[in-house]
Amino acid sequence: MNVLFFASHRELAGAGDTVVALPERSTVNALLAALRERGGGLARLPEQVAVAVNRQYADGETVLADGDEVALIPPVAGG
Amino acid sequence: MSPTKTGVPRAGPGAALDRAETARYARHLVLPEVGREGQERLKAARVLLVGAGGLGSPAALYLAAAGVGTLGVVDPDVVDVTNLQRQILHGTSDLGGLKVASAKETLHDVNPHVHVEPYPEKLTSDNAMEIVAEYDVVVDGSDNFPTRYLVNDACVLSGRPNVYGSVYRWEGQLAVFGVEGGPCYRCLFREPPPPGMVPNCAEAGVFGALPGVIGAAQAMETIKLLLDVGQPVAGRLQIFDALAYRWREIEVRRDPGCPVCGDRPTVTAPVDYDLFCGTAPTATPGRDENGVAQLDPGDLIAVMTGNTSRTWDPADLLRLNLAWDPTDYPDLGFARPFLLDVREPIEWDAMNLARLGAVLVPMGQVPERLDKIPRGRPVVVYCHSGVRSLEVANFLAAQGYDEVRNLEGGIAAVLETNPEVLGLGE
Ligand SMILES: [Zn+2]
Repeated sequence: MNVLFFASHRELAGAGDTVVALPERSTVNALLAALRERGGGLARLPEQVAVAVNRQYADGETVLADGDEVALIPPVAGG
Repeated sequence: MSPTKTGVPRAGPGAALDRAETARYARHLVLPEVGREGQERLKAARVLLVGAGGLGSPAALYLAAAGVGTLGVVDPDVVDVTNLQRQILHGTSDLGGLKVASAKETLHDVNPHVHVEPYPEKLTSDNAMEIVAEYDVVVDGSDNFPTRYLVNDACVLSGRPNVYGSVYRWEGQLAVFGVEGGPCYRCLFREPPPPGMVPNCAEAGVFGALPGVIGAAQAMETIKLLLDVGQPVAGRLQIFDALAYRWREIEVRRDPGCPVCGDRPTVTAPVDYDLFCGTAPTATPGRDENGVAQLDPGDLIAVMTGNTSRTWDPADLLRLNLAWDPTDYPDLGFARPFLLDVREPIEWDAMNLARLGAVLVPMGQVPERLDKIPRGRPVVVYCHSGVRSLEVANFLAAQGYDEVRNLEGGIAAVLETNPEVLGLGE
């Protein structure tokens, strides 16, 4: 699946997007764990990350399918 | 007050427009969606702006120009020269004055028919409910996570829509929270990010015209809510990337388990948001709750040069540094700390403490570059304002480093106290 990063997540990942291959019927939580395991800045992905799957807000238990677009929604506070 | 389809309390029949107002709002009056009735409704409306900064400036200017009758402006800050790159309510002649004062003056000039109510104070758990209750819609243009959660909770608890905008570098977010059936900010961001994880505007920078786009969109959504026209951007978070020029929409639903707008809310009054966000000032000065000591920026030079015997004369430092090879650590005859800068390279390029021997390892690279950070020697960690570095200092202490200290207030504090030690553009 294709993972999109924005704002501070983009800086942790060092890129705006990445492709992750996971076993069938993996969850959003499994995807986040796989991203953290990549190390580097992504090791610092916080415990709770807001995620959208195919442009719909999704919880950690949401099951992913091949070809899904997963966007990590960054918390942003600047004004 | 009758509820509208978006749940905005309607301020009864609008106040009648006089001849001058009729002329001023001519381009609105011919719009079928506004008309005289809508324009009168705007005149009777009350909108609260939290923050008169990058977002609050364009939002307030358009709301005033549109003839929203009463604008409350909450901001405790004074105008700083670094604000002027984007905070278009304020000008060079306003430097050093209260933002709410220059906001009032500018808005009055744009539209003298608008009443501006200034609140030169911070929105807090103690005053938020009382202030929010006075208004129909709240525009969140604040600049920190505790205030954003406070605005959200106060709006949900008071039944007021929260027109949310935020910016970071080249990216912005926009949404309307807290309307009937729609989600709130906590439905989207249940937990605040760990402190120090997300740098603020001062640390990360912000593209000046970006809050212009997001703040103007906040004004637009506010006016739509007041007129009860169109579809509000509720339940549809907008993420804007200025570099790519791209808007993304993400559908967000109300979470029945949300602690404030859910079916069984646990938050029924404003809480302690500094505690919630982990941004509470440390209880004991000089020592953080995790045991990592804070270093007073006024002591930095003494600690780094070993000169603790007398009050330091900055001129001595300059002389010393002219002939000072930072690789000469062992010969200095004292336990000279390793000075670690954990900011980003672009921040280092702008200003740094290389003259005191600082070494750059950006925060994100610290875990895998521990070999760059010597053991058996004190370590002083700094960032821009001392928040990110505190996280790194605690991390290093947990990794078994002895005598780790966090430079309190960061390089920003050194800029205040001892600007002569900063290397600029080195
Ligand atoms: Zn909620």
